[in-house]
Amino acid sequence: MHDVSAPASAAHHGPPTSLIRKHIFSLDHKVIGKQYYGLALVAVLIGMGLSWLMRIHLGWTNAHIPGLHLLSPNGAPGDVMTPEYYLQLMTMHATFMVFFVLTTAPFAAFGNFFLPIHTGAEDMPFPHFNMMSFWTTFVAFCVMVSSFFVGDGPTLGGWTQYAPLSAVGPVSGPGQGTGVILWALSIAIFCVGQLLGALNFIPNVLDLRCRGMSFWRLPMPTWAWFITSCMGLTAFSVLMPACIMLILDHVGGTSFFVPSNLVINDQMQPHSGGSTLLWQHLFWFFGHPEVYIAIVPGMGIVTHVLITNMRKPMLSHRVLVYCMAALAILSYMVYGHHMFVSGMNPVSALGFSFPTLLITIPSTIIVLIWIGSLYGARMRLNSASLFALGFISLFITGGVSGFFLAQPSIQILLHATYFVVAHFHFTMAIAAIFGIFSGTYFWFPKMWGRMMNETLGKIHFWLTFVGVYCIFMPFHYLGLAGNVRRYQAFVVDYMQPLIGVHKFVTIAALLTGAVQFIFLFNLVYSRFRGALAPDNPWEATSLERSTSSPPPFDNFGGRQMVVYHDPYQYGVQSSTGDYVLQDSPEQVKSAHDEP
Amino acid sequence: MNNTVSHGAIEPHAHQIFEQSPFAIPSKKLAMWLFIMADVMTLAACLAAYGFLRNATPDWPRPFHGLTGVGIMTVIILTTCLALSIAVEAAHEGDKLLAFRWTMLTGAGGVLFSVLHIREWLEMGARGMGLLHNPWGPAAFGAAYYVITGFSLLHMALGSAALLIVGLRYRGGRYNSDDLEIMNIYWQFVTLAWLFIVPAVYLMNVAR
Repeated sequence: MHDVSAPASAAHHGPPTSLIRKHIFSLDHKVIGKQYYGLALVAVLIGMGLSWLMRIHLGWTNAHIPGLHLLSPNGAPGDVMTPEYYLQLMTMHATFMVFFVLTTAPFAAFGNFFLPIHTGAEDMPFPHFNMMSFWTTFVAFCVMVSSFFVGDGPTLGGWTQYAPLSAVGPVSGPGQGTGVILWALSIAIFCVGQLLGALNFIPNVLDLRCRGMSFWRLPMPTWAWFITSCMGLTAFSVLMPACIMLILDHVGGTSFFVPSNLVINDQMQPHSGGSTLLWQHLFWFFGHPEVYIAIVPGMGIVTHVLITNMRKPMLSHRVLVYCMAALAILSYMVYGHHMFVSGMNPVSALGFSFPTLLITIPSTIIVLIWIGSLYGARMRLNSASLFALGFISLFITGGVSGFFLAQPSIQILLHATYFVVAHFHFTMAIAAIFGIFSGTYFWFPKMWGRMMNETLGKIHFWLTFVGVYCIFMPFHYLGLAGNVRRYQAFVVDYMQPLIGVHKFVTIAALLTGAVQFIFLFNLVYSRFRGALAPDNPWEATSLERSTSSPPPFDNFGGRQMVVYHDPYQYGVQSSTGDYVLQDSPEQVKSAHDEP
Repeated sequence: MNNTVSHGAIEPHAHQIFEQSPFAIPSKKLAMWLFIMADVMTLAACLAAYGFLRNATPDWPRPFHGLTGVGIMTVIILTTCLALSIAVEAAHEGDKLLAFRWTMLTGAGGVLFSVLHIREWLEMGARGMGLLHNPWGPAAFGAAYYVITGFSLLHMALGSAALLIVGLRYRGGRYNSDDLEIMNIYWQFVTLAWLFIVPAVYLMNVAR
């Protein structure tokens, strides 16, 4: 029994007045959300730039890339990329994208901005932790960027940093000394930032729901962020000690991940007694939930956007929530499917294959609910809903190849090929990025108080949609033709005929990348010159529509919110039109009012 | 609203503004439980790594002859658990002085445990066991030993410092009995972690 008579010790803060408190070390969840968004934007530009460099090199090996030597005199002497530098760029592309874009934008950025508003709260429960969460992530980002400029550049070990090469130091290649240490340090710091974030998200959903906001009245993105933060809480806390052990292997000379009698470059390594598989177990125990940390928020956002634009609820919101939760739970049990070729006991491959096939069931149910709900809907086609539809398309395309890869007998053949590259880019990368785009077009008016240009948005969608298929669809063919991945050049005879495909993909990647500057222009132009946004431009129902665009510092201008409806009351007859705001006490007849 | 934002955590009487929390505990306490969930995963990762290495290494060393030191440390940490529970009980009953004294006693116990822990490390160091090599062969033993016991030492040392601060602030009126209880949750977890570490690292490695 706790002391109910104790005075409230809640932190209170007034509107920020100083520049630093308002825009830099802000406690306001909305500012922190925008900061995360900005960080993700910088990271995605870096990640995309790196992919351009990689693609040019893959299409035209030994091509001169003007100015590349400025980035790394050793990695690109005479502006020609060395094989090692290709791997370094590949590693950094994946690291920036997975950690600082796919984890940061859909979850931390949108989640920070909208989760407290969706629950009807004035802020996160622990604003100081929230602020520290962003700045910790920012430090992690800076450490990662610094690895480009320290020693012989960033690590080349891939974002998975497989041991033993990641643990033995410079002998295994450029960037494998200081580069790996900075990588592991950055990721360990990033893990702390995620922990601080989860410590805000989960109590917010459990504790700070305004009156009437029962769990089943929470909007879908909020459910998705809640489920994601539960995953983040337990997954990143496993990656952190793994990174610390990796750093110890470098700095302390320990041998957690280095076996005895290892010879690299004709040099006997001084380490002994470690296990290379140990790293893979620890890494993938985090790594597979991470895939869902990237995609589940996108699922929530897409569901929300689709419902708003279909003007009717989905077939079942509860089943969607149950399925997202099932994905989260199962994601811990499937991680071994990344390790089918690692030398693990084949019996355990079977053990990991079964839950991997099982996880396709909730994924399929989610997709079927989307498609079934879309059937017969009179869709409002705007940039946000187009990207949401694109998300479904990409998720299905990527998911179908998952059925093949879940089975060890096929996966072992395809593991080291571009087939896998196609699979994970379609699902966790491009689909998740479409979720971010959809969320941006949908929420930009609320975040910045101005509308984005719809025409540019639609052009952006169609060019990007066609572009990503041109980039990633041929990867399936390349993979089936035996084109190995992680190679910087394809010199073997049987791969020569495939180089034409690589050139096509490179051109598609350059053009699709260039299209993103339309989005960037739209973002920047609309931020300053866009039409002023009304409070509810999409005629939506959740609580962010019951406040101004952008919301005041306390979200609802001092009002204590009370909620009367579930968030998806569309297709009803009310005084506002075909929808009812969650906080409107108006009683409407509805066939789909979930109790 | 007085033009301020209140966050903080579900507080007493907050149910008038918010829906009932499913766990009916203040947010700070919930956050501590969540932190412990994350910390359990971190400890589990360390213990799994240890088990993995131990299994994979032939002739794993068994260097511990007597466990008197570890036994004394275990008794101390279990006693501090009891002491802090008494403190929380006293705080809930409004006996501030008693609660303060037991909290300080717990903090002192934590400091003593940390000192004995460092002494244990020094002793192992004196026997020639470092992070990289030891007189018994497999180097992984030393690394695993120092990482896992380091996990415990770090938690105890930081926890002791936090306890002393929370205790003083509780006496000063800045913190209340709930804060003591939150510290108690943390402290019981650290104790539980130690009770996993003792058999895994010490009992399983007693010399035959």
